[in-house]
Amino acid sequence: MNWTLLLEQTLNGFQFGILLFLLAAGLTLIFGIMDLINLAHGSLYMMGAYFAATFIKWTGSFLLGAILAIPACMAFGMIVEMIALRTLYTRNHLDQVLATFGLILFFNEFVRLIWGPIGLDIPLPEVLNGSVELFLGIRYPAFRLVIIAVGILVAFLLYLLVSRTKLGMLIRAGASNRKMVGALGVNINLLYTFVFGLGAALAGLAGLMAGPIMTVEIGMGEGILIITLVVIVIGGVGSIKGAFVAALLVGLIDTVGRSFLPDILGIFFSNDVADTAAPAISSMLIYLLMALILAFKPQGLFPPRGA
Amino acid sequence: MRLGILGTLSIGVLLVGQVALAETVKIGFVTTLTGGAGAIGNDMRDAVELALDHLGRKMGNSDVKMFYEDDTFKPAVGKQKTEKLVKKDKVHFVTGYIWSHVLMASRNSVVGKGPFMITSNAGPGPVAGKLCHEDFFSTSWQNDQTTMAMGEVLNQLGIKNLYIMAPNYAAGKGMVAGVSRTFKGNIVGKDMTKFPAQLDFSAELAKIRAAKPDAVFVFYPGKHGIQFFKQFSQAGLKGTIPLYSAFTVDSLSLPRLKDLAEGSLMTQFWAPDLDNAVNKRFVADYRKKTGRYPTFYAAQSYDTIMLINSAVTAVGGNMSNKDGMRTAMRKANFPSVRGPFKYGNNHFPIQNFYLRKVIKDAEGNYTTTIIKTVYTDHQDPYAKDCKMSW
Repeated sequence: MNWTLLLEQTLNGFQFGILLFLLAAGLTLIFGIMDLINLAHGSLYMMGAYFAATFIKWTGSFLLGAILAIPACMAFGMIVEMIALRTLYTRNHLDQVLATFGLILFFNEFVRLIWGPIGLDIPLPEVLNGSVELFLGIRYPAFRLVIIAVGILVAFLLYLLVSRTKLGMLIRAGASNRKMVGALGVNINLLYTFVFGLGAALAGLAGLMAGPIMTVEIGMGEGILIITLVVIVIGGVGSIKGAFVAALLVGLIDTVGRSFLPDILGIFFSNDVADTAAPAISSMLIYLLMALILAFKPQGLFPPRGA
Repeated sequence: MRLGILGTLSIGVLLVGQVALAETVKIGFVTTLTGGAGAIGNDMRDAVELALDHLGRKMGNSDVKMFYEDDTFKPAVGKQKTEKLVKKDKVHFVTGYIWSHVLMASRNSVVGKGPFMITSNAGPGPVAGKLCHEDFFSTSWQNDQTTMAMGEVLNQLGIKNLYIMAPNYAAGKGMVAGVSRTFKGNIVGKDMTKFPAQLDFSAELAKIRAAKPDAVFVFYPGKHGIQFFKQFSQAGLKGTIPLYSAFTVDSLSLPRLKDLAEGSLMTQFWAPDLDNAVNKRFVADYRKKTGRYPTFYAAQSYDTIMLINSAVTAVGGNMSNKDGMRTAMRKANFPSVRGPFKYGNNHFPIQNFYLRKVIKDAEGNYTTTIIKTVYTDHQDPYAKDCKMSW
């Protein structure tokens, strides 16, 4: 076993987990508080990446473009909530799934009309484009370190927002008992619009940070949405803490599994078998984890109180 | 006077007869037109349209009708669209196919059902070997060939320890098999990644760094190639470990990769600067029409239309004469962008493979140039499994 490799893979797993957390936090809030299944969450992630690519091109600065993209994504999310999703709250979950699936198709075509079918690139500034030397001679891509740092910072800010502010109290109350919050005279419409905007901003942040690593392209949010759904099921629907723990868990299992499973299988089976089976099994690992959690803790690891 | 009328009438009859005889040639073209890989399909379509322009929109005296279908990168959809072309549109030729897994899923819906099938890109081993068929042709290559040439190049460069990465699907497996067949050194690591879902290669790049190979060889078509080159550089591996590729850097990705790919080496059967009259005209007119350098996908698609034209003109537009068309196509007697070539018994080209390098042209555009010929008249290793002979 190579310890520097293990450490580097752990960092990779962390970085993937952080991206998943940003997506899962928004999705779990929207689901937990608004009781809305939003399959179009991946589209908000895509919009974040496209906004960022456009603003970075306009301003010529990565930082400025990224900072502009987040409020743009938040505003975009709020507009979508006010126009399209508001009518869905009273409908059942199947209607919501169908309607938000329709939104995915709509956004994909919308992006094709505006930005064209070929993907965009988010160029990184020189400082972030290389790798830096960490302790023990480990070299790690600078931008991935930034993702980890930003993600942890956002997680901390979210914690403060949810547990220390009045708004956070309403969000927590909404997650536990929505009817009671409305009965107490809270403007639930406004709260919903804000929560959706917050979710959109977080998804947009994930999208703009994923952009330079993966391509900015139509449909980029669909694959990651499925993993995000796995994360919120594991973490407990509506729980931000659960989303954080589950996202890191899924990120680590996926990355470390992908990296070491061929070697582990190679101990027991012939090389040919290991080579064919390892990619298949490692892509199943997170679903196996979800199945186990559903079997033993159907509410997820950290179900919100009262749910 | 009487004779005049008769004469006019007979000319009229002749004309009508001509029109009735020259049935419209119907060609189905299954490719990817939407999503991230949609750019490849568009490139192929541009090349098909250019070929038709060069032919004056006619094959002999026959009109041509194209049916473009989008497989959306999914085998199931590709098969569905293929069946529609065969059963509803009743096309004479089903062509296109970028992806090996889409081709494999669609093959049985065409072969033996009437139309000819011509692959314009995908070349999985089975259709060149055991599943070869008298109605199946290729205007590209067999998957293993290009990477077999790469294996030879790596031997010549004295590479001892090689790390291989490719997506885990039919073509990826063929490409890896190809390089393993000819490379004589050690393969110190091999990763087959999930396709097309996996775009983040951080875990694999960390393994490459730990394995310290002499060189890395990858096969990542389309957007995956762009991401791989970017992440390879971000991980600080560019300049440390030489990176060789096949079907990863092309005229669509070069404008986005720019200096990340400069100097990069790859093997291929064709290059924009391949020196022959047909290719020069193709590349010049293609650039005039689209403003881009053509990709190899485009070159192969251009050849597909020219091959069909050679078949249709050989039988005078009589589309029911399948034997005549097959005999004509087997001769490969058409102006190919790769220069003259022959078909093997399995209907796959026996052709040259070149080593290409990424350079900047006089106007500052990134393109590729041929460094040397690796294989002359190379036939794929599956041809011997093909029972067909003619």
